[in-house]
Amino acid sequence: MTEVPKDLRYTRTHEWAKFDADVATVGVDDYAQNELGDLTYLELPEPGTTVTQNEPMGVIESVKAASDLYAPISGEVIESNPEATNAPDLVNTSPYQQGWLLRVRMSDPSEANNLMDAGDYEKFLEEQGGGH
Amino acid sequence: MPEVKKTPLAARHEALGARMVEFAGWYMPVQYRGIMEEHRTVRSLAGLFDIGHMGQVDVTGPDALAFLQYVTTNDISKLEPGVAQYGMMLYPDGGVVDDIFVYRRPTGPGFFVVINAANTDKDVAWLHEQRQQRQNLDVTVTNLSNELGMIAIQGPKAESILQHLTDVPLSSVKYHTAVDAHLDGIPCLVGRTGYTGEDGFELYCPIEQTGQLWDRLLEAGTPEGLQPIGLGARDTLRLESRMSLYGNEISAEINPLEAGLSWAVKFDKGDFIGRDALSKQKEQGIRRRLVGFKMVERGGVPRSHFEVQVDGKSVGFVTSGTSSPTLGENIGLALVDRSVAGVGKPLDIVIRGKPVRAVQVKMPFYKRPGA
Repeated sequence: MTEVPKDLRYTRTHEWAKFDADVATVGVDDYAQNELGDLTYLELPEPGTTVTQNEPMGVIESVKAASDLYAPISGEVIESNPEATNAPDLVNTSPYQQGWLLRVRMSDPSEANNLMDAGDYEKFLEEQGGGH
Repeated sequence: MPEVKKTPLAARHEALGARMVEFAGWYMPVQYRGIMEEHRTVRSLAGLFDIGHMGQVDVTGPDALAFLQYVTTNDISKLEPGVAQYGMMLYPDGGVVDDIFVYRRPTGPGFFVVINAANTDKDVAWLHEQRQQRQNLDVTVTNLSNELGMIAIQGPKAESILQHLTDVPLSSVKYHTAVDAHLDGIPCLVGRTGYTGEDGFELYCPIEQTGQLWDRLLEAGTPEGLQPIGLGARDTLRLESRMSLYGNEISAEINPLEAGLSWAVKFDKGDFIGRDALSKQKEQGIRRRLVGFKMVERGGVPRSHFEVQVDGKSVGFVTSGTSSPTLGENIGLALVDRSVAGVGKPLDIVIRGKPVRAVQVKMPFYKRPGA
């Protein structure tokens, strides 16, 4: 079963975001980590970098393949998770907790409305035939 | 599009929760639980592989030896009954038709040749064509690919698990030899070989009994840690052990001398297809060389076909690359200009447009303890 926590918002490219005032915590979701398989490499933007919603912001690689990461929200990166960069398998084992990727100070918090809530995202996964 | 082919074990893979993919025209399991875990299971315990996609050919008749000597690179005359060897079939220009594994049948006449799944049709056609051109030879080429199942059991526990299924003492079956044996009553050819760098066996059985053999092996082996292993880990295992994959390290465009396989090319055995071209190359000097490298700078995982540079100039390309589960490092093989080859020398692997530093290392990347 793909885990889809209720308190997060999701992209069609399988990133998640969690909001706390004007800061978003960002990661990849359980579906993506499962599809990619054993993760071995993460390339994340440095703090101070500006990211733009739906634009590539980094790269994630598994034993099998490389995949782009897309920013779920626009803003300035204020922190990236060194534990995840050092041991990307954290994203496999804990995509929503220890395996978070970035904290972003949002430039336009209303962009959150462009993301799916958990219910819509579950429907989206089912339509993709990837509901496991 | 031709229909995707299935081995007799496809339904079992699905029931085991495998992720299925199309590979070389076959519907095959790429992973069951995860490539890393499966890889480590084979290195530490034992793994079971469905490799029923691979092809097999019987070469029989009074002139079978002479025919195989002419169409392959290794010295078939060295094979005693039950002994096997790695070799290649070449085009006249020295490019590789396929890499093959040739058994002299332990009992019964002739030779048994194992070929790659992706090349089965091409190889069988090639062998028939060569047969046609040598009407003076009394030899028969028979494609057995649709009649045989093929399962590999690999890892330090492989022998003890397989021993549960047969009275034949497996400890007396040496590396690169084979015996005819009944496994749980199923008549099989049992060869001590593999594609993982571990000890193990490749088993050939009547296709309709493949399911029974798979089930009995899993039953007997599960208490000792045996797990089914997909093609994903098969690739990382063979790469750590520096075994070539057709289409990557060797191909119609990459000859055995460039690929570091001259040990399997016997110039002194007499004429064979591709010999003249390779001899000429040898005299003139081999231009490219296959080297092993590990990444020493962060920047990603090297992958097949990535460009290789030295001092900003293109010097070749990656043939295979991965994150090595055993070493915890990013490793790969590359075909590069001879002038830049050498253990300890640097290479830059171009990953997503950026040169990332690697250093050439001794191969294989992994050698099993005691091997």
